[in-house]
Amino acid sequence: MSKNSASNATTRVSPFVLLIIILTLVLSLTALIIAMSTFDSNPLAAGWLTLIGALGVVISTYVLLQARRRTQEKIATPPTLTTVECTKCGFKNIREFQRGDYIFKEAEKCEKCGNPTQISAIYREVKEGQKERYRF
Amino acid sequence: MNSLLAFMSLQNGLMQFPTDIQTILSLVFYLVFVLFIFYGQRIQMYVMIREVEGSLYRLKYIKDEGRKIAVETIKEIGKPQTDPAARVDRFLEYFTIAPQNLDPAGIVWKLEHILDIRDDRLKDEVKLMAPAANDTQTNNLENTLEAAMALNYIYKVIRHFYLLGKKTLSLYVIMQLQMILPLIMREAEAYASALKAFAYGQPIGDGAGALVAAKLMHGHEIRKLPKDCVTATVQIEGRTAFVIKAEGPGGNVGKPGDAIKTIVDENGGKINMVIMIDAAMKLEGEGVGELAEGVGAAIGGPGVDQFKIEESILEHHIPINAVIIKEDIGDAVSPMRKEIYESVDKAIERIKQLMLERTKEGDKVIIAGIGNTIGVAQ
Repeated sequence: MSKNSASNATTRVSPFVLLIIILTLVLSLTALIIAMSTFDSNPLAAGWLTLIGALGVVISTYVLLQARRRTQEKIATPPTLTTVECTKCGFKNIREFQRGDYIFKEAEKCEKCGNPTQISAIYREVKEGQKERYRF
Repeated sequence: MNSLLAFMSLQNGLMQFPTDIQTILSLVFYLVFVLFIFYGQRIQMYVMIREVEGSLYRLKYIKDEGRKIAVETIKEIGKPQTDPAARVDRFLEYFTIAPQNLDPAGIVWKLEHILDIRDDRLKDEVKLMAPAANDTQTNNLENTLEAAMALNYIYKVIRHFYLLGKKTLSLYVIMQLQMILPLIMREAEAYASALKAFAYGQPIGDGAGALVAAKLMHGHEIRKLPKDCVTATVQIEGRTAFVIKAEGPGGNVGKPGDAIKTIVDENGGKINMVIMIDAAMKLEGEGVGELAEGVGAAIGGPGVDQFKIEESILEHHIPINAVIIKEDIGDAVSPMRKEIYESVDKAIERIKQLMLERTKEGDKVIIAGIGNTIGVAQ
């Protein structure tokens, strides 16, 4: 049931709408081709066809891309890091979070001195570009 | 070259544009103008409905993902004999009726009782769904299911108003929904990222207060307090500090109200100061992990614990101070951000400074780290 519901939620664009978009795109491309071929014989008609064709291509591509972008949005899972610290020598090892990790959990032995280590931090880093900037 | 010629011919064509076509265009313009005068609002409504519809699709996807994650986590951790999907669906529809407030006297205790029953019931349900899960995993699963439950509820309420607006074609129903939707979507996205954090047992932003307490009490003798809380007696700057937090590393907020009352009673009310540390909502423009200091019981939730803390300190006239770590809703329920983790050490420094400034050597202080202690032991 869950699979069906999830797929229903992602298929946002109905096949009918998709058909119309593709049809518009095809017709616009056809208009552009006709414009190219009739350019010498009837430049005025060719000009109008070019305008209509280009507009059609731009609009249908935009709508198609918008629809695809919306359907492809997934729940983002940010990468989380675990810092393992040696209780004796203070050697730090940063690795990806593993299920079952928690702060103050005893972890693997120290790579440097072989003493027991402990998880000292679990956090996610937000990239510079993703951080909000304010003028005020 | 071809395109240049096409452009030039188009320009010529436009210049030779026949007058009758210009008339048609003017007519079309007037038609559109009249159409917008009479049907502008309706067109606007359809645009809004379409916008709400888009968000509703996203909400449905998030809700279904939430359910899927919950079911998969239960199967993985709980090793149930039967498929837990039906039980999860029942869980997602679970509701709690708040006590009647016509006569508000004693409502806190009624509310506490209802919340206790709810908590026990949810825990029992999780244990039935996931018999192989230990206490920590049961708490984490309960949190995961509660996040899925919140998403299910948000989706249903938005769907209700969307359908109601569509059915009645009421601009105001749709308009209100469309206006509030960005905030609701933000909350839904926050719960969506919380789902995986809860399922994996990762520390969340809300646990900043608990992490402060955990860092202070780590390495000291720890004893349990009612309910689901732990405490350690720590010497800080010549003062005796009773550090309190919810028992981790499972997803748990405990009952700090009861824990503080127990410590106050154990010491015959001779406590010189209570310091509470909690994550608090930041305003837009404020930085994540910024610290602020004030007075009062820094604790969220339905208000039962805040009431109990205020009662306990009032009885013995104990001053109460609060240190808050600022974050937004998304940061509070998603895996802890580095900025929040780094602000924990600054909060400890602030607590020490507060103790030095506001208490004398030999005084007794309660330090309560508030928040969900998921992924944070002690």
